Amino acid sequence: MNSSIILSRPDFAAIAAWIPQGSSVLDLGCGDGSLLRYLRETRAVRGYGVEISDANIAACIVNNVNVIQSDLESGIADFEDGSFDFVILSQTLQATHHTEALMNEIVRVGHEGIVSFPNFGYWKNRLQVLRGNMPVSDELPYQWYDTPNVHLCTLNDFEILCAHLQIRILGRHVMADGRDVHVLPSLRGTTAVYRFRRDA
Amino acid sequence: MNASVGIVSAQRAIFDTPLTFRSGAVLPHYELMYETYGTLNADKSNAILICHALSGHHHVAGHYADDARNVGWWDNMVGPGKPIDTNRFFVVGLNNLGGCHGSTGPSSKDPRTGKPYGASFPVVTVEDWVETQARLADHLGIRCFAAVVGGSLGGMQAMQWALAYPDRVRHVLAIATAPHLTAQNIAFNDVARSAILTDPDFHGGDFYQHGVVPTRGLRLARMLGHITYLSDDAMADKFGRELRHGKLNFSYDIEFQIESYLRYQGDKFAAYFDANTYLLMTKALDYFDPARELDGDLNRAFAAARAKFLVVSFTTDWRFSPQRSREIVHALLHNKLDVSYAEISSQHGHDSFLMQDEQYFAVMRNYLDRVAAEGTSP
Repeated sequence: MNSSIILSRPDFAAIAAWIPQGSSVLDLGCGDGSLLRYLRETRAVRGYGVEISDANIAACIVNNVNVIQSDLESGIADFEDGSFDFVILSQTLQATHHTEALMNEIVRVGHEGIVSFPNFGYWKNRLQVLRGNMPVSDELPYQWYDTPNVHLCTLNDFEILCAHLQIRILGRHVMADGRDVHVLPSLRGTTAVYRFRRDA
Repeated sequence: MNASVGIVSAQRAIFDTPLTFRSGAVLPHYELMYETYGTLNADKSNAILICHALSGHHHVAGHYADDARNVGWWDNMVGPGKPIDTNRFFVVGLNNLGGCHGSTGPSSKDPRTGKPYGASFPVVTVEDWVETQARLADHLGIRCFAAVVGGSLGGMQAMQWALAYPDRVRHVLAIATAPHLTAQNIAFNDVARSAILTDPDFHGGDFYQHGVVPTRGLRLARMLGHITYLSDDAMADKFGRELRHGKLNFSYDIEFQIESYLRYQGDKFAAYFDANTYLLMTKALDYFDPARELDGDLNRAFAAARAKFLVVSFTTDWRFSPQRSREIVHALLHNKLDVSYAEISSQHGHDSFLMQDEQYFAVMRNYLDRVAAEGTSP
């Protein structure tokens, strides 16, 4: 189970690597609860997920993961300030409408935030735009007219947003094909994972 | 696969240890009617208590040998292969104290006078009920319930279990409920009670001696309740503005189908339910408020709880709205308790918790699968 999760979602391993044993975690848009289950089994985290879809709620319960059915877009006001060590938003940022507000909520509720998203600046994406088309790829598997993604960004864009929100970036992990990318990450990376906190 | 528990029969537990009510009243002797389904395992760790709502009772599932049509009120949820699976769990349903289905209540004979208790039956609270339920658990040899489950007023009892007996319940399933009633809810209850209290046949609660029943009051109380348990949409779907006779009659007789339905439901209810019990049950609803003596701080109220929770609400339930369930969730989160919350899209209003809905049943089934899988480990 564990290895299959990691194979299917390379960003999970990067996220898990930042999370110490026994941390408390809030996973926003937690899907079927795979990440929380993985973190519980490998890091003994205590956690909750927030999820909107009915099917995922039922799946989280099968995974024995605490899940709260709620819409991220209407806020996560039920969670108190600083009540989690980490608030995670994996592969969901690009699909949120109120992205700024959500980023602020993440650093309100968590001591640290961890966000992963597809890098729109990946060279193949840029190439497709240059050719005159919106990119379609493994990381962005949607046509422009049926995509849930409304706020795609590059690594640079995300870092500018963090600066604008006075959020300090503590770590960055850029990957392609499940492997770390150290050279020219903003061109060669398909997926980015950031760790950050509110600038004190 | 999803079979009925089949033929069941009710049992009676007799208690001679005096019960002191929250009000200070004392009942030296009382009896509770209950039913059980499934088998209690060797270490007695697979018991589930089902708490009933306002007009409920002990007959949760199955049917009686001499009355095949009298099917338990939650038969769709409880049985072999059903979400509350009697192949795995030992399920206990009871009629609460003050009820009118065999447990000691206002219509029971007071041994001290030889007459029905009537108006002299103590006002009973959720806390009192949970104490009697704990005594019933003792009687059955159950030290700790795998789960206590309830909807509406039953959900309040399930929550109270976690507060009063944190080491005697592993999971609480609180469905379509609230941490306390809103003013609007209390107002509805008071209108219902007023209908009963002002019925000329009520006789201050001692109508039994007069050989009458405050049928009109009970009927009105039930009609009002019924309206609030459904959603506007559900009522529109089911009845619309359909006329019973196809044309307007310009009279106060039944003209619209919804009127026919409500009056039928009201009459049916008035024929079998006790007026004093209705008053008691609505008062128990009004009084429940675990945060009352903590400056309204529900977070502090749940500080004693240890159970894991499943909280379920229904989108069209306007008497116990999702927002009220989220207040419970918030307090559980504050106390870092294990909680899952499902908000079920349903069009049936408050009554949704008794209906068969795919998502609702999936959530219940999956959750109880986990409860069964964890066995006796804490």
